Amino acid sequence: MSDQAQQPPGKRRIGVYVCHCGGNISDYVDLNRVVDTVKDEADVVVVRDAMFTCSDVTQEQISKDIREQALDGLVVASCSPKLHTTTFRGVARRGGLNPYQYTQANIREQCSWAHTDDREGATEKAISLVRAAIAKTRLSEALEPLAVETTKRALIVGGGVAGMRAAIGLADIGIGVFLVERDAELGGRVRSLGKMFPNGTDGHDLARRLDAEIRRRPSITVFTSAELVKKSGTYGNYKVTVAVGGEQISLEVGQVIVATGFAPYEPEQGELGYGSPGVVTLETFTRMLGEGEGPLAFQGRPVKSVAYVYCVGSRDDTHPYCSRYCCSAAVHAALLLAGRDSGVRQYHLYRDMRTYGRHELQYSESRQRGSVYMKFADDDRPEVVAGSGALRVTVRDVLTGGKELVIGPDLVVLVTGMVPRANEELTAALKLPVGLDGFYNEIHPKLRPVETVVEGVSICGACQGPKTAAESVASGLAAAAQAAAVLKRGVAELDPQVALVHPDLCTGCGQCVTACPYSAISLTDGGSAKVASIDPAACKGCGGCAPSCPEDAIDLAGYTDAQVRSMIDSLLVGSPT
Amino acid sequence: MTAVAAHVGTSHEAPTSRPSSGPRVLVFSTNGISDPGIDLAGSSHMHYPPKVVVISLPCTSGVKPSWILHALQGGFDGVFIAADGEECAYLQDCSERSAHIVERAQVLMESHGIDGRRVRMAAICSVCAEPFTRQVRAFASSLSELTEVAA
Repeated sequence: MSDQAQQPPGKRRIGVYVCHCGGNISDYVDLNRVVDTVKDEADVVVVRDAMFTCSDVTQEQISKDIREQALDGLVVASCSPKLHTTTFRGVARRGGLNPYQYTQANIREQCSWAHTDDREGATEKAISLVRAAIAKTRLSEALEPLAVETTKRALIVGGGVAGMRAAIGLADIGIGVFLVERDAELGGRVRSLGKMFPNGTDGHDLARRLDAEIRRRPSITVFTSAELVKKSGTYGNYKVTVAVGGEQISLEVGQVIVATGFAPYEPEQGELGYGSPGVVTLETFTRMLGEGEGPLAFQGRPVKSVAYVYCVGSRDDTHPYCSRYCCSAAVHAALLLAGRDSGVRQYHLYRDMRTYGRHELQYSESRQRGSVYMKFADDDRPEVVAGSGALRVTVRDVLTGGKELVIGPDLVVLVTGMVPRANEELTAALKLPVGLDGFYNEIHPKLRPVETVVEGVSICGACQGPKTAAESVASGLAAAAQAAAVLKRGVAELDPQVALVHPDLCTGCGQCVTACPYSAISLTDGGSAKVASIDPAACKGCGGCAPSCPEDAIDLAGYTDAQVRSMIDSLLVGSPT
Repeated sequence: MTAVAAHVGTSHEAPTSRPSSGPRVLVFSTNGISDPGIDLAGSSHMHYPPKVVVISLPCTSGVKPSWILHALQGGFDGVFIAADGEECAYLQDCSERSAHIVERAQVLMESHGIDGRRVRMAAICSVCAEPFTRQVRAFASSLSELTEVAA
């Protein structure tokens, strides 16, 4: 048992800060009662609630309290620790408090939001969770991160625009890059596109230019027809195995960036006539527009009219999200076609036009140049019938009182969205977090937009969700900056919450040695007998050794036996038994 | 020692008088995998009993059987291990280790006259919001039945 277990209460000075999160917490939890209850807890010397504890003002208040009230423990009761542990560890450090003497109580995701139907239950639970956090903090000790030298190279998985631009960015600030691409060529989806919205940049040319930039930089090593199959090692010093040309090669890198992109939605055969001649996806149509000049022809026949059906593979039961780029890309395609043939008739069958930002101007321009827009209801998709060589599209236009309109276009363009790629092996090898929509999840879209819960592994581009090429490049550069921040410093800070042996309790039985797969534990000479000794740099902090010890002689820092027992006790305070 | 308490200037509705009842369940989750899954349940406003509370650890292979006994002796009606399953970032054999911990806890519990069914383990992934709520609701329900039988 840790010495901390014998430490009497009343020796600490803890500050507790309770967040309303706008109303995300306070709409469902009686925070007055939380504050009034926990202010009487032993060792608590200051309790404040705030509309947003993460705001600059409250962060400054906490920092000031730490200094002025000589706090030696900090509890913030707010959202999930996944979002703001780093923020409040920073606040603690700025106030002069060790960051590991801070505990975050999750009273949003695991309380207010989960119990929106039970204010009393949520309030009682919030009090319990804050008490448990106070109990843990009361027994916390100052810990210092372990600094290890990093391997000053990055691995980028995916050679589309996001990955290519990230590679160039990293190379230009002096960091070596391995760029691994599954296809035989770099360029990703963009390589096969013609003129892209909004400026008509040619996708093929763009990919070729980026490829040429990469070839000019000797610090970038490109592997094509290659896949990452394995990752081992620790944060800052990963070993990755790449399968290329029938061989497996091993690379050492400090950071990994995943930029594997999206897959275009492929409609089912027969869905809105797909599979019939004259029914194409937006991607195919964009390629057609990039070939040739003048009026468009399809299979030798002139295209005098086009019907676009929007939201195909987006905003439905299987893909409930909006793919964002498709409205603007379809409008841009319509402008390109109007430029080639001013006499072409274009009908846009849409649910909602989402040509955000400057793309709205192109939407207006397309209407001025003759495009006709018809809005269909969410539950009333148009019908496309392809029979005996002629296409017929039926739509009920809600803007004309639901009147049924029939169009006989020469071409139907299904405005298809983005879906996640099938990357099960990569996902498993890197243990990447996958969201409900099937795309990879960042820690926080605003605060940590390219980082994942896997330390040292960032994500960027459309593998995170639908993005335009410009947005993908921007996020690729964000991931490059994130990786460079660690690699340029040269050291990665490892979590100091590692296992510790209490030598006075250890009998040297060696059970923990066999329990650790990382060879972090060895038996060393402890005077009269052997005792277990743990290498903090090799320990991963899983705590798997602790239950193996028959003498309870191992603790995991930050999760000690005394802390967990104290948290359990605190969670039960006030509950009827 | 007097605590300084300060409130922001917002009014709160009076709490409802609805009592919170049902079995008390302690969940051991993991920082990297099952805790995000439990977070997602909340983010999705999926409801489960508020008497279910969570202590998050790096890995469920680090749960001591004595903690489970301590929780049950202290007043929890059940302990739920939200394990990483195959997704554990630390230990390939995490499921086997966690299952072994549950077995050891059950032996310990039964030696103290506590029904071994008061501890349960299931793999909860980082997006397992629905499975988590379903599992803890089912566990709470079975704990209520156990209590009724005992009474």
